[in-house]
Amino acid sequence: MRTLILATALALSAPAAFACETFTVGDLTVEHAWSRATIGAGRPGVFYVEITNAGDTDDALIGLATPAAGMPMLHETVVMDGVASMPHAMSIPVPAGQTVALAPGGYHGMLMDLSTALKEGDSFPVTLTFEKAGEVTVNVEVLSLRAEGPDCEHAAQ
Amino acid sequence: MRLTGLQKILWAAAGIATLAYGAFMVLSDRAPLPVAQAAFRPTFALPDAEGRLRTPADFAGKHMLVFFGFTNCPDVCPTTLSEVAQVMDDLGDDAARVQPLLISIDPERDRRLGLAEFVTAFHPSILGLAGDAAQTRAAADSFKIFFEREEDPSAPDGYAMSHSPALYLIGPDGDWLRQFTYGTPATEILADLQSRL
Repeated sequence: MRTLILATALALSAPAAFACETFTVGDLTVEHAWSRATIGAGRPGVFYVEITNAGDTDDALIGLATPAAGMPMLHETVVMDGVASMPHAMSIPVPAGQTVALAPGGYHGMLMDLSTALKEGDSFPVTLTFEKAGEVTVNVEVLSLRAEGPDCEHAAQ
Repeated sequence: MRLTGLQKILWAAAGIATLAYGAFMVLSDRAPLPVAQAAFRPTFALPDAEGRLRTPADFAGKHMLVFFGFTNCPDVCPTTLSEVAQVMDDLGDDAARVQPLLISIDPERDRRLGLAEFVTAFHPSILGLAGDAAQTRAAADSFKIFFEREEDPSAPDGYAMSHSPALYLIGPDGDWLRQFTYGTPATEILADLQSRL
């Protein structure tokens, strides 16, 4: 069933550069949502995104949900004393007036139990749950296995 | 607390040892380093995907870029392998003189999931090695790297691996040359390699 939902989600997705889309919920702006292609569905996928809090109150990302994975979780890569580990993050703070990035080498969503392999050019929805702002669903663009992030042109900036 | 005679002697010995160590650190800090340090030659004997046992001798004459990791790793390992792949692309013709290796610290699961298929998806030149537990531990000890299995009910298969995420550069004669800490940009690794090739 999950495969069907994902297939539908993929079929509905246009080939546009989704990673450059911007989504808002309350005072939060969510953009640059991307993932890396996977080899098969047996290994976990990853989810990266940037969240900007333009408001006056601190918020926090407390959960992920997606039809692409049975068990999405928030993790943080921590390199301490020369050893990398990946503890589960209960929540990721999004302080007032700041931008928080889930990016390679730091916070990331770990997409376990993938429904299907993630292929470059595909996209899938992820619903982010924030402690105060609530839920927002973003389109996540699957970039190449070797991608280091989306290449977005911000003409306005 | 009353100390026995033996305990007093041991405490005195510990005190002297601490002072001696302190003096040694201060003095050795000032003394010039010996010019010819004994070469550090980390080694390994691990099977590749075809089951052939590979050792540093197989790559004599080439530089080796060695990374210890595992494929069930969504963040650190793909990031490092992507950088290695970029370095290999940018080396052009010199790429033939560099052998990138991923030594699995999670060999049983990586063999099951397919290590060769994983590493070559990043770059065809990368060779994945996965031994048994003893071979893996021996390789890690030889490179003086840390890895550990962490039980984690929320992780795939109930465990995750923590590990030293650096990339190690071994010279054409097997000498340890340097490490690139996790997150070193591909351009920096490339420049370093080009200065040696």
